[in-house]
Amino acid sequence: MTSTVPVDAAHEVGAPDHRPPLVRIRGLDKHYGPTQVLHSVDLDVFAGEVVAIVGPSGSGKSTLCRCINRLDSTTAGSIVVDGAPLPEEGSELRRLRAEVGMVFQSFNLFAHLTVVQNLMLAPVKVRGIRLEEARERAYGLLERVGLADKAYAYPRHLSGGQQQRVAIARALAMEPKLLLFDEPTSALDPEMVREVLGVMTQLALDGMTMIVVTHEMGFARQVADRVVFMDGGRILRTAPPEEFFTAPGHPRAEAFLATLPGV
Amino acid sequence: MDAITSHPDVFGHGLLMSLQISACTFVLAAAIGLLLAVCRISPVRPLRLFAAVYVSTVRSVPLLVLLALFVFGLPEIGLVYSLFWTVVTAMALYWAAFLCETVRAGVRAVPVGQTEAARALGMTFGQVLGSVIVPQALRCTVQPMASLLIAVVLNSSLAAAVGVTQELTGQTVLLDQQYAQPLVTFGAAAVCYVLITLAIGRTAAVLDRRLAVLR
Ligand SMILES: Nc1ncnc2c1ncn2[C@@H]1O[C@H](COP(=O)(O)OP(=O)(O)OP(=O)(O)O)[C@@H](O)[C@H]1O
Ligand SMILES: [Mg+2]
Repeated sequence: MTSTVPVDAAHEVGAPDHRPPLVRIRGLDKHYGPTQVLHSVDLDVFAGEVVAIVGPSGSGKSTLCRCINRLDSTTAGSIVVDGAPLPEEGSELRRLRAEVGMVFQSFNLFAHLTVVQNLMLAPVKVRGIRLEEARERAYGLLERVGLADKAYAYPRHLSGGQQQRVAIARALAMEPKLLLFDEPTSALDPEMVREVLGVMTQLALDGMTMIVVTHEMGFARQVADRVVFMDGGRILRTAPPEEFFTAPGHPRAEAFLATLPGV
Repeated sequence: MDAITSHPDVFGHGLLMSLQISACTFVLAAAIGLLLAVCRISPVRPLRLFAAVYVSTVRSVPLLVLLALFVFGLPEIGLVYSLFWTVVTAMALYWAAFLCETVRAGVRAVPVGQTEAARALGMTFGQVLGSVIVPQALRCTVQPMASLLIAVVLNSSLAAAVGVTQELTGQTVLLDQQYAQPLVTFGAAAVCYVLITLAIGRTAAVLDRRLAVLR
């Protein structure tokens, strides 16, 4: 089995694919107290696909992303990851989280650990990998994100872009099946945005399955296989990027794109 | 002056005993306090409740009353062990309540993103706590911990009131009874306490600078 989905199949929304999706979300509802922030969300993500989630602020993009590894709980609906329904809690849930990497807007590197320790902690504690092996792998990953020389630095001594690349490497250290990105470049200066997007683009080319909440339309256009547009807690449109950006297909999406510079 | 100069050993022993009481108390209080703090932030409701009730109860009893309760009350129900350890137990149980709250404040100061990142990696509650939260929480509680340690040392003098005459204040009282020079004897004792306090403060400042997690 190859790890990449044929681009054409991925471009078909809800394409008749003979393989089950890696992530299947059906009828997902989410409430915060009395307010409903996700309304009956359906989404399939196939192995090797890059899905960009875009939409105005407060539309529920982060919430959807966080529901996929249950950092946020859901009210109704189902999420199936790699054939198994998302467990409620306990060791099953932890196993799932170990296989679904997450990259946050604010990096969230462990502040009291060096870069290499950040990359080793979970593999050693959660996967039970030997220290030496974990260290070896950590160096390899740092090489991959261009930060081999920062192995013994503390997060606070790194630039935002460097921290985010370390955060990506930390997620990769668990050898995840799926990576979730919640606005990974929104806290960064333009210069650093480019270096982080560069790493993410390379990951996409390597066949990693990625769900990326982003305001970087250039990235969505060039790297994503599909763009998902959300507003008011609903998915209003799912389309291949070319199609979405030329014919948004929904008045709200049109209005949203009109607010963005240079799209 | 000879109240002090002719009895350096008595004074020295008193100081040593005070430090022993303080050290044992603090170590035991740290262990209990940490456990309480874990209960206080655990996802298990009864544990949270227990810790909360413990803290608010123990904190509202004066230490001297608690000491008397242990030293004079426990034998009444047939529980007798060495005076030293009875005093240490009472003090440790008392200070544990404060320690718990200090640790909890430290835990609160750890950004929620740290916990989320750890959970997202599949770590258990215990692993998140032990490998991420507590190490960071302790780093930002160095100064309040030092204040607590100082309080533990200074209040170890209350042991004299329940019969531990071998500690510094107890020894000072005895010397004072012999020589009737309160200015000298208690003055010297005060200097000792001040020196200990200064030493703790200094150490904490250095440690704090070393460990501070700047963000
Ligand atoms: N902890 C919370 N408690 C209550 N409401 C919340 C909470 N978190 C998010 N919300 C609400 O849920 C809705 C969706 O929020 P979410 O963060 O998912 O939006 P978003 O699309 O990621 O926005 P942004 O682009 O600003 O990050 C918003 O209306 C927000 O106010
Ligand atoms: Mg968001």
